[in-house]
Amino acid sequence: ALMLPASAVRAAVEDKIAEFTGGADAGADGITLTTPEIAENGNTVPIEVEAPGAVEIMVVASANPTPDVARVSFGPLAGAQRLSTRIRLGGTQDVIAVAKMGDGSFRRAANTVKVTIGGCGG
Amino acid sequence: MAEGVKARVKAPRTVAAGETVVIKTLISHQMESGQRKDSDGSLIPRSIINRFAVAYNGQNVIDVALAPAISTNPYFEFEAVIPEAGDMVFTWYDDDGSVYEEVKSIAIG
Repeated sequence: ALMLPASAVRAAVEDKIAEFTGGADAGADGITLTTPEIAENGNTVPIEVEAPGAVEIMVVASANPTPDVARVSFGPLAGAQRLSTRIRLGGTQDVIAVAKMGDGSFRRAANTVKVTIGGCGG
Repeated sequence: MAEGVKARVKAPRTVAAGETVVIKTLISHQMESGQRKDSDGSLIPRSIINRFAVAYNGQNVIDVALAPAISTNPYFEFEAVIPEAGDMVFTWYDDDGSVYEEVKSIAIG
């Protein structure tokens, strides 16, 4: 995989988040991101994010070749503002989730995942 | 259409009206990230499912935009409210223009 300087990657991730939040500050309460501490296989890392009252949640991987992972919007028949899936991580890094709440505010959570075998196939 | 794409959905057949239920979905797909190289060193083009949407009786449950960072055979688990009997429609959108659809009927009982 193409390796960019860490500072450039961090800037790209913050730009991506600012695009989603419109530059608004994000609180840390009311959002739960669940990830393994150590992932032996970066090709399939289980994650779960929940933010009661969210209308949309964005997940980014801070050190993947491209940070986007998924963006989920919850409709009127969502039973919870929760999603579980499996993602690829190219190496040890922070996974970040940002939720847009029904009142227009934002919440943010980040977890570090140690990856033994990277999942970018580079 | 990508080869051998098969969708699987786990949803209850019968629920109480207004109940919140857990839904699990899996679709077989290679989710080629566009980052890998073949044995000649040339980049294998990206080919992924880029969107997954779920609606019940025409009302949105979730709508997910997928990036190449979603693993091979995309798996999702989420919750839905079932106000009345009806059909849950699951739709996956492929980069190549293919659309895969699965329908689960849910009864009240």
